[in-house]
Amino acid sequence: MAVYTDTSAPRHYHKVVDCQYACPAHTNVPEYLRLIAQGRFTESYLLNRESNVFPGILGRTCDRPCEPACRRSRVDGKPVAICRLKRVAADNRDDVTPFLPQAPSEKNGKRIALIGAGPASLTVANDLLPLGYEVVIYERHARAGGLMRVNIPAFRLPASVLDEECNYIIDMGAEMRYDTPVTSLKAVLDEGYDAVFVGSGAPKGKELDLPGRWDDGAREHIHIGIEWLGSVHFGHIEKIAPRVLVIGVGNTAMDCCRTSRRLGGVDTKVVARRSRPYFKASPWELEDAGEEGIEILENHAPKRFVVEEGRLVGMEFERLEWTDSNGKQKSRVTDTVVVPCDDVILAIGQDNAFPWIERDIGIAFDAHDMPVIDRTTFESTRTGVFFGGDAAWGPQNIIWAVEHGHQAAISIHRHCEGLPVGERPAEGMNLLSTKMGMHSWAYSNDFNPSPRSAMQHAELVQRFAALSAEVELGFTPEQTATEVERCLNCDIETHFEATLCIECDACVDVCPVSCLTITPAAPEMDLRQLLSAPAENLSQDLFVSNTLPQTRRVMVKDEDICLHCGLCAERCPTAAWDMKKFELVLPYASSASGAPDLHAVNA
Amino acid sequence: MTSIAKPPVRHPLLRTNALGLTLRDYEGAMSTLCAGCGHDSVTAALIQACWELALPPHKAAKMSGIGCSSKTTAYFMKGSHGFNSVHGRMPSVTSGASAANRDLTYIGISGDGDSLSIGLGQLSHAIRRNVRMLYVIDNNGVYGLTKGQFSASADVGSTSKKGDANVQQPIDPVLLALTLGATFVARSFSGDKAQLVPILKAGLSHNGLALVDVISPCVTFNDHEGSTKSYKFTREHEVEISSADFVPLRREITAPGTGEEIMAVTMHDGSVVRFRKTHDGYDPTNRESAYMHVRACQDRGEVATGLLFIDEKGADMHAVARTVTKPLVDLTHEELCPGNDALQALMERYR
Repeated sequence: MAVYTDTSAPRHYHKVVDCQYACPAHTNVPEYLRLIAQGRFTESYLLNRESNVFPGILGRTCDRPCEPACRRSRVDGKPVAICRLKRVAADNRDDVTPFLPQAPSEKNGKRIALIGAGPASLTVANDLLPLGYEVVIYERHARAGGLMRVNIPAFRLPASVLDEECNYIIDMGAEMRYDTPVTSLKAVLDEGYDAVFVGSGAPKGKELDLPGRWDDGAREHIHIGIEWLGSVHFGHIEKIAPRVLVIGVGNTAMDCCRTSRRLGGVDTKVVARRSRPYFKASPWELEDAGEEGIEILENHAPKRFVVEEGRLVGMEFERLEWTDSNGKQKSRVTDTVVVPCDDVILAIGQDNAFPWIERDIGIAFDAHDMPVIDRTTFESTRTGVFFGGDAAWGPQNIIWAVEHGHQAAISIHRHCEGLPVGERPAEGMNLLSTKMGMHSWAYSNDFNPSPRSAMQHAELVQRFAALSAEVELGFTPEQTATEVERCLNCDIETHFEATLCIECDACVDVCPVSCLTITPAAPEMDLRQLLSAPAENLSQDLFVSNTLPQTRRVMVKDEDICLHCGLCAERCPTAAWDMKKFELVLPYASSASGAPDLHAVNA
Repeated sequence: MTSIAKPPVRHPLLRTNALGLTLRDYEGAMSTLCAGCGHDSVTAALIQACWELALPPHKAAKMSGIGCSSKTTAYFMKGSHGFNSVHGRMPSVTSGASAANRDLTYIGISGDGDSLSIGLGQLSHAIRRNVRMLYVIDNNGVYGLTKGQFSASADVGSTSKKGDANVQQPIDPVLLALTLGATFVARSFSGDKAQLVPILKAGLSHNGLALVDVISPCVTFNDHEGSTKSYKFTREHEVEISSADFVPLRREITAPGTGEEIMAVTMHDGSVVRFRKTHDGYDPTNRESAYMHVRACQDRGEVATGLLFIDEKGADMHAVARTVTKPLVDLTHEELCPGNDALQALMERYR
């Protein structure tokens, strides 16, 4: 028989809000877009900050897992430009300092050390400083930000934005130990901290050890991508030769080739082992690079560095042909080709490196020489030592680092309170009707058919004039006004009360996207074929009501492409359907004391 | 009333019919009826039926009079012709339209007020003439547009929203049509599209007037305890005495595997209505049997539903009047106006 959907717990509705569900930090996207629509940029910024801590930075650099998930892309092909709207809130906010969390003057007597001043550590500090912790942050560079500062070029992320958001946290009273690389974790532990968090990133770029790599005249022209970006950031490198090959096609490769283009690499090419559909870089970064005249060579596997007369003159590649056999991709070499170049930048991945962690202090390492970390608590095998960000399981992205920071902060707080770290505070929810009158709702329910707004970019001449010239100019007010209305308000849930239904079919008839069906109960896979339109997207749940009073059938809703227009609720004569605003209540360190079931559901 | 227009987005997996149209292409304007009105479900069933038949919208005409029901012609097939006539006069206007253009599919939507009170004579004569049309009566037992007075179809003992009981005998359009010689008589329920849609499709394919009485609850004035036209009462008292499947001409007829007793009636265009046996001794091609069963149900307080009577051999208005086979619009000027000599010759015949 069908399993009735329980909407009294957050699970079902949380999954309906696709963007929020896909975001590692579960940022409440629809609500902050609504605040932007109302011109309440400061409130929107602060709501963002609760979960993702760095709205200005992420509004420019986020990997945007929310956008591929966006329901709008299943409706008209293109997701809402969520990420760039986040930037709109950050760019237009008023002074937010009066509303930021503050550290109490009276401390709680606990002292914790954070290693590395990147997004993960800063998030831990952000969550724990207001609780009275003394926080010491060790940073090997002279400024905070970690990879956000050193590896993301300034034309994507201006230093002023980075400084401001890092300082919001640091100014709460973190003790910053700049220019202090940690060379021994044991030494840090010996200082007697109540907990230590390792957020040191994955700072080691992968090597490509092919013939010619270490030859005289070659090795000084072959650079490791993230190290090279760091050297550019610190001003150690100001120029590159005209012909540059960037090996690899991830997001770091995109930063490398675009930086190279700005430093004199007028003929910069990116070389990829595979074809375009398999590129690791985000589509928008590929687009931006393409706009700047970067050519990408597909299906080229590096074979050797060509060194002639004591000087790097090119790279030899095997050209590959890929075939699909039983779902597995196999390659075949067709021929080899030499591509001339003056410099090579290797951007083929990053590794973690922990030479500074002693192996005899109770922190277990696995076969890949990575620390063993609990997936839920972020604790290592040594009690009181936690890992997060890229340092935990290798390179991910900033928004994951932020979420790691939040979870680690919960663990650290519970550890310091003497509570079991494995017992996690539960997620809660609020569910509130948005009905204001006969046909009036507390949200903008009309469907806006506008296509996605295109980001305005600076002219190429201006881009190449200065390394720090920001490429994306942000949305105009008109673009912002249109783009926020493309949001389908997935947090305004169609909430159904089976006992009130008289089975008049009004909702089924009016639904513009054939989401609803009244049908005899059946197992889910059967139901999916019985609906007004077949529900073939298995990643999207069905809502199945309790049995209806008159005919004992059930109301089924396919959540896949519901527009949240509210017509079902407007047409319902008995208010069995209502549009209710779902608010996910996320646990943070501040709410992590005491028993985990403190957070009752307010439905 | 609804504040926003229906978003112009459809489900990507929505099927198309033989014309390449989706269900949404058969929709009309947003309904302004009360939320939950049975009439909106009848509209949805009509959209479904016309889409399934792949009826070209420009080859249909939607005809109505006055009342909640008569508003609904605006809510489907926005690409069709339409005429919103004087109260109760839809049957005559349709007769005239059909006389002029016999090629269009006529869909008349009326209510218990429009057809059983002010337009009862019009209904009777349209049945008598056997105008080729689908005649839908959205029957809710009250005058919804004037705040819920009993209509001519209200049952004795049925109470108003305030609690007063009706004392006058009801007019049952099904029994009336059977006695007047209608060639297609059905009754259904707006809350049961599985039954209603095949009946509407059969009615649209019928060669003559197809009368479909649809119990269509008024949520505002007649959906309370004591009403005999509410959703709840109809669901509890509905008895399907004849179950019909409609098989359109284009589809291959496959024999049912259940060994059920099936009776098939072939329509004039070659499509088939198949009746599953539901009631002992019921014969939907026998007028007396149909009348008897519907009366018997009425006596037991039951609402008889289904395609109750069908006679595909009856002559329609054009056959009786031996009219020209083409719509007038397709005739040449010479055929329509043969000149003074022809007129004089005709006049001579009457001297």
